[in-house]
Amino acid sequence: MIKITEQPFDPWHELSSFQLAMRRDGEFGACANFIGTMRDMNEGDAVNAMVLEHYPSMTEKHLDKIVQEAKGKWNLLETLVIHRVGELLPNDPIVLVAVWSAHRKDAFEASRFIMEDLKSKAPFWKRESLSATDQQAEKNRWVGKNTSGY
Amino acid sequence: MTQTKAEKAMTIKVLYFASLRELLGCNEELISEDGLNTVGDVWQRVSDGKNVTQQVLYSINQEYAQAESLVKAGDEVAFFPPVTGG
Repeated sequence: MIKITEQPFDPWHELSSFQLAMRRDGEFGACANFIGTMRDMNEGDAVNAMVLEHYPSMTEKHLDKIVQEAKGKWNLLETLVIHRVGELLPNDPIVLVAVWSAHRKDAFEASRFIMEDLKSKAPFWKRESLSATDQQAEKNRWVGKNTSGY
Repeated sequence: MTQTKAEKAMTIKVLYFASLRELLGCNEELISEDGLNTVGDVWQRVSDGKNVTQQVLYSINQEYAQAESLVKAGDEVAFFPPVTGG
């Protein structure tokens, strides 16, 4: 399942309700997940809010492609990807990637693969709102590039 | 502005996102496909005279494309900076 949401979400609640609803009791031996959360600092500056923009039709299409690719490479039972868009505040969960499989190798590797592909290719963009300091007034800036996770 | 079917058939829809949208001051526009073969041609036309120094990525119909990828009337082309989600 892939969800793009403007509403704040609770990743732990989403994980438990999805796992219950997928009706795979006894089948999965592993669930690996990654939760990305908004920080209040970036590149040495205090960040007080953020806007996440996306390209709606392409985002869904691309995430679906990544998940299908992962299903081709590893033995996966279920996958769950949730990504927030719109206005976010520090400590808000941004992204959840979760993978269920029989054994841990598939779950670990596939969740990493999906997450890294999402970070480097899925069409989302962050604009940070920087807090005012003694030197400057509050201002906005686009995040230039994601760092490599490998 | 309402377009006739014939007019729509000869145009390419162009979308801009994030810092590029702000720089060009435009979310989306319809341009004539006349004389445009590749997505690189489209970019040349829409960025002509604009001072774009940042890296620009291309997509055609919601899939990543290269400068030499072919475009045709009715396509949806998008230009955007490197992605920063997750």
